[in-house]
Amino acid sequence: MVKIILRKKEYEVRPGMTLLAALQKIDVLVESVIATRNGEVMGEDEILQDGDEIKLIAAISGG
Amino acid sequence: MKCRMCGQKAVVNMRQHKLALCKEHYLEWIPTQVERFIAKYSMFTREEKILVAVSGGKDSLSLWDILTRLGYQADGLYLCLGIDEGLQYSNESQRLTEKFAAERGLKLHVVNIQQETGATIPELARTSLRGRGKPCSVCGLVKRHELNRMARDVGYDVLATGHNLDDEAAVLFGNTLTWSVEYLLRQGPVLPGAPGLARKVKPLCRIYEREMLAYALLRGIEYIYEECPFAEGATSIYHKELLNRMEHDHPGAKLTFYLSFLEARRSGLFSGPEAIRQELHACPKCGQPTSAPGLCSFCRLVEKRKVDAF
Repeated sequence: MVKIILRKKEYEVRPGMTLLAALQKIDVLVESVIATRNGEVMGEDEILQDGDEIKLIAAISGG
Repeated sequence: MKCRMCGQKAVVNMRQHKLALCKEHYLEWIPTQVERFIAKYSMFTREEKILVAVSGGKDSLSLWDILTRLGYQADGLYLCLGIDEGLQYSNESQRLTEKFAAERGLKLHVVNIQQETGATIPELARTSLRGRGKPCSVCGLVKRHELNRMARDVGYDVLATGHNLDDEAAVLFGNTLTWSVEYLLRQGPVLPGAPGLARKVKPLCRIYEREMLAYALLRGIEYIYEECPFAEGATSIYHKELLNRMEHDHPGAKLTFYLSFLEARRSGLFSGPEAIRQELHACPKCGQPTSAPGLCSFCRLVEKRKVDAF
């Protein structure tokens, strides 16, 4: 499985799908985050591998 | 997804521009765009001295990085607001800002609000009716006053802030919902200077917030990721989320919204009655312009705090 982390939330998706498809699956807008794997910025068409841990970094800030 | 410039693997895809770029070309492309907007909106020249308002966040540190890469004379100004809330928020953002400046040999001014006014932002907010318990309104007032004071007193030609397109679109959206014409008239990439008021510019105003995040990450800029503890539930964040939903369904919607507004304003849509154009007076205490005769809002706040503390 692939673990996706966004702030304090964790999601699991099946490997083999693209990052973009995984974001749609967990209902996170690609416009709102940048994904990193092992500290490297990922392209949205990259395929998620079994055991991957993807960290989503929120773009939105404000106040 | 391949980089349009070199065909290597792209890491950033910008649907609104139909443009995907690799790390190397993205890090070249962003400063080129910023340079283009600085020129387009006549923000400043290489001969002028720029004061960059830096908070320790991704946008302001990236702006400072970009301006220095482009060869502008840009110093930083950090305001220590005294926000802790169990997170050491101000201390951590100051540490990251000072580290950024030290590693690059840049000049950083630090103003401690508690030393200047006798109270931290949360303490000042408790003495004020502004914001009904949330310090954001007081924080904005104090920041505007102190940024302008430093730009004016230390002799800078222009004050630059890291507002990105999402910031601008969210403010515009909020002001459009209430048809706040007075605010709409003042919003733009450049707020011209006036006696006592520094010229203010927003060189990132056409760059999406996600693109600034990508720039900070790809450049290895260490910034404060944690949100200000008082920003939770902020209307501006809600507006940004709504706009991103539109952007998802219609790439370019945010940019079009902002640019159409600028064009509408330029062509006179908001040239309302003269009554909404305020006459400015000098505050007798600090000398900064204020809309009504007497002490400005900042000086009134500080005076009230002194009375309450006594």
